[in-house]
Amino acid sequence: MTARSHSLLVQDARTRRRNAAEARFRVYGLGAISVAALALVVLLSSVVSSGIGAFRQTYITLEISLPEAKLDKSGTRDPEVMAKVTTFGYAPLLQDALLRTMEQSGITTSLSAADVGKIISKEAAATLRDHVLANPDLIGGSVTLDVLAEGRIDGYFKGRVTLESAALDANTSPEALRIAQGLADAGVIETRLNRRFLTAPDASDQRPEAAGLGVAILGSLYMMLVVLVLALPIGVATSIYLEEFAPRNRLSDLVEVNISNLAAVPSIVFGILGLAIFINFAGLRQSSPLVGGLVLTLMTLPTIIISSRAALKSVPPLIRDAALAVGASRMQAVFHHVLPLAAPGILTGTIIGLAQALGETAPLLLIGMVAFVRDYPAAYTDEAGLFAEAATALPVQVFNWTQRADPGFVERASGAIITLLVFLLAMNAAAILLRRRFERRW
Amino acid sequence: MSLADLTVSTLAIAALSSTTAAARDNVQIAGSSTVLPYASIVAEAFGENFGFPTPVVESGGSSAGLKRFCEGVGEHTIDIANASRAIKPSEIEVCAENGVTEIIEVRIGFDGIVLASDIDGNSFAFTPADWYLALAAELPVDGTMRANPNTTWNAVRADLPDQPIRAFIPGTKHGTREVFEEKILLQGCKDSGALDAILQMNGRDEDAAEASCMAVRTDDLSVDIDGDYTETLARIDADANGIGVFGLSFFENNADKLKVATVSGIAPSTETIASGAYPVSRPLFFYIKAAHLDTIPGLQDYAAFFVSDDIAGPDGPLADYGLVSDPELAEIQETVANRTLLGGM
Repeated sequence: MTARSHSLLVQDARTRRRNAAEARFRVYGLGAISVAALALVVLLSSVVSSGIGAFRQTYITLEISLPEAKLDKSGTRDPEVMAKVTTFGYAPLLQDALLRTMEQSGITTSLSAADVGKIISKEAAATLRDHVLANPDLIGGSVTLDVLAEGRIDGYFKGRVTLESAALDANTSPEALRIAQGLADAGVIETRLNRRFLTAPDASDQRPEAAGLGVAILGSLYMMLVVLVLALPIGVATSIYLEEFAPRNRLSDLVEVNISNLAAVPSIVFGILGLAIFINFAGLRQSSPLVGGLVLTLMTLPTIIISSRAALKSVPPLIRDAALAVGASRMQAVFHHVLPLAAPGILTGTIIGLAQALGETAPLLLIGMVAFVRDYPAAYTDEAGLFAEAATALPVQVFNWTQRADPGFVERASGAIITLLVFLLAMNAAAILLRRRFERRW
Repeated sequence: MSLADLTVSTLAIAALSSTTAAARDNVQIAGSSTVLPYASIVAEAFGENFGFPTPVVESGGSSAGLKRFCEGVGEHTIDIANASRAIKPSEIEVCAENGVTEIIEVRIGFDGIVLASDIDGNSFAFTPADWYLALAAELPVDGTMRANPNTTWNAVRADLPDQPIRAFIPGTKHGTREVFEEKILLQGCKDSGALDAILQMNGRDEDAAEASCMAVRTDDLSVDIDGDYTETLARIDADANGIGVFGLSFFENNADKLKVATVSGIAPSTETIASGAYPVSRPLFFYIKAAHLDTIPGLQDYAAFFVSDDIAGPDGPLADYGLVSDPELAEIQETVANRTLLGGM
């Protein structure tokens, strides 16, 4: 007798082999999941680490004097006359204000006034001009404004730009960074939460610090509205007809095969179709969210139809039979009993279809939505109609920013990816929540 | 269901009504991705300072832009095509077939093309001949064409560093590729005497000889980049031996990561390009559809603003970004003001 306790059950070799095979399979499965999880973690951490900076922004607080001689020679304060002074006229005022602030803070420099002025974003002149045009009474006095710091300076406070890299960079210099550090110590420069990133429009290659997602979010929202309003009723009506009313014959089989096929068609094909039909034939405006929404509707319809049909199919036949047995018409049976029970599944499918459409770039490429757009699109104008003003979309903005030369746009692109992921996460979470809460199982 | 019906029909009516609505009020631009940054800088400043909406600028390449430009006249077609090369006679023909007979050509300045490598790597002083001998698919040797045997730069020319050849050059859809072929490969082919050797071999067929000069090797020593310069930069980041082809403005924005090579002893800069000393540069253009000038509000103003001294001059924001401003800017301003058509059409 040994001290070891033995089970009475002695496994034969065959059972041990089978158990070992199962154990191995579990290890494979765990391995597969860890590889997938690792890939996700690497992807997310690289996106978050390079994109989180986009949600913070460096501002300079300046007291800017507004001489009448430069801004409104006529002295009439007539907005039309004042508008003749362009942003090129406002930029020197900002430069003067910065030099004065440096003097007050006791910062001296060997840089020329023009090079010091480059610490301020080119966007600032436009901000100041808009502010003055909106408040003409300020002229002759002075105004205190928070203006954007230039992208390299912003990068310095976020750790993207160092004194070493600045020495090699034609757009900035270590001296400019030292000035910025001095101003930050004096409390004039501050890095804080960047709400503008979600509201401001895109900016040109010289102003990465000013670029935001405002137009893209609006464009995506408009397109999702169009998709929802068109794809949901059409998709649901199609699936109800096919599932509940259509006779089973060659024709309905053909329709079914085609719908499944369409779901797998590359999305760029819908863009080609959209260009031919909606823009060249129907004459709708290029770059408009209406056309984008119509194209995405075509793309999303198969997804919605397939998931709606699955939801309808999962409602047990006895529900229909019971309704018919008490004298309901087939339409009453469907609309009063089957559809409400299938609704959670239909909604889930719709939300997943919308999420898919939200992340789509390829079809938008051909209808002119992959573009530089600065003006917020109006939902409706009398001249243009509904959703007809040019816009971009969230994934398009990511695509655009990754192509820009200025390294500041890398941060913006990653920030846009984070924003897009948050939207997608919210939509998919809503889909799961709906399913959990309302879906009935038989 | 009636609610759904209602929404569908409302939307359909709205969609239809927008087709019959008044003229588009923003300028619509598409074309070269090289011109895109300049065009968006101008569009932004234009939107800020004038009472017009900011023009919408798309990229997609010079050829794609000109193709859309030539699709016809009317609101649903673009007003301006940006191009990093001059419009071709074949494109003018397509334009004319579709009713686009009045085109204004506007040259906005020059763009330098630079050869740059990783900042921590070797320094290079190239000649066009070096690149021809490194990248040609076949080289003439003793009266026959042989596959290019060179795999390191010092095999091409002894003074160059002993570094494997790894070139990232623009793909064929880019306007930059044409300039690269013409100003570097073809020039190198002539300089090295290879062109003469090929002409002797093929019985003076110049077209075939030039095509052979510009045929790039297809092994992975030379990689076509179909994406943008950001992709080329990422490739060089990943491969320290890589040497890429960039636009001057892109290089200037990433000077902390890249080291630029001289070509025939001249370093690229706005000065050397403007003077013509640096050999690899090309003009940039945009093309205006003259028929739209009176129907699209702001089109004429945008074009005039683009070439104004404030913007395209040597001290303007475009020069700041890397464009070499045109010495004949005053004439170009007149072209825009007088609406002088291309080729006296």
